[in-house]
Amino acid sequence: MESPGIILAFWLMSAITIGGSIAVFLSRNLIHSVVFLVLSFLGMAGLFLVLSADFIAVAQILIYAGAVSILMVFAVMLTPLSARDNSNSLYALPGVLLGVLFAAGVAFVAIDVEWSVVADLDADRFSSTVGAVGDLLLGRYLLAFEVASVLLLAALIGAIMLVREDEAT
Amino acid sequence: MSVPDTLSVELAHFLSVSGIVFGIGIAVALSKRNAIAVLMGVELMLNGVNLALVAFSRFGDEFARTGTDPLVGHAFVVFVLTVAAAEAAVALALAVLAYRRRDTIDLDRITLMRW
Repeated sequence: MESPGIILAFWLMSAITIGGSIAVFLSRNLIHSVVFLVLSFLGMAGLFLVLSADFIAVAQILIYAGAVSILMVFAVMLTPLSARDNSNSLYALPGVLLGVLFAAGVAFVAIDVEWSVVADLDADRFSSTVGAVGDLLLGRYLLAFEVASVLLLAALIGAIMLVREDEAT
Repeated sequence: MSVPDTLSVELAHFLSVSGIVFGIGIAVALSKRNAIAVLMGVELMLNGVNLALVAFSRFGDEFARTGTDPLVGHAFVVFVLTVAAAEAAVALALAVLAYRRRDTIDLDRITLMRW
């Protein structure tokens, strides 16, 4: 049904995303781990593009690969005496087991269930989703949109308040 | 030019990738010592959920009938992105604050509330 490019893009982007995520776990240096996390985010943005979600893909690159990862690099740099070796704790084995079990369960359900889908990844009917998403955000979800802005303001002020040096003492 | 149906990419593929990324996020969040690494695991989990939301939105009934309308899954992803950004900012501020008080963000060594 689809063109070969879409299938190739899906497998390539999936490999980048999953490989980057595994490298986040395996890498022996926290900074390398952040870099692999950015790689994983970029692969995920590619998967969003495969799903013709252009706005989400660009927002993913801006917010995750840009802002959040820079915040993480800042946090790593601001904690210089802490361990940088990305080591595992005692819970490594149960954590990995739980992760593998969860992934296997989701994959089994996803493949086993007969989804009532009607669409396929046909690229020629694509139109930009920005207008539709904007209509939804400023229409049906206007209240949630405004609450999200209040949440961002609260997080901004809270982060500043938490890390502010206290001049009084 | 088209390819055989057995090769085609469907909803199950995207959901599997989503579950795998979520599982890796669980493993990272549960097994790392450094608080920032744990936060990376949480972000990976949020990413997996985002992929599932967009995939359901793309393969659902509405998209097939109307092309773009109404894309509810995309709107949810925007809110998830917002909450993730706020959460990352506050969590990293907390990590820096904990580092200032105790000179470490090793979660095994922040034992203030352990009895």
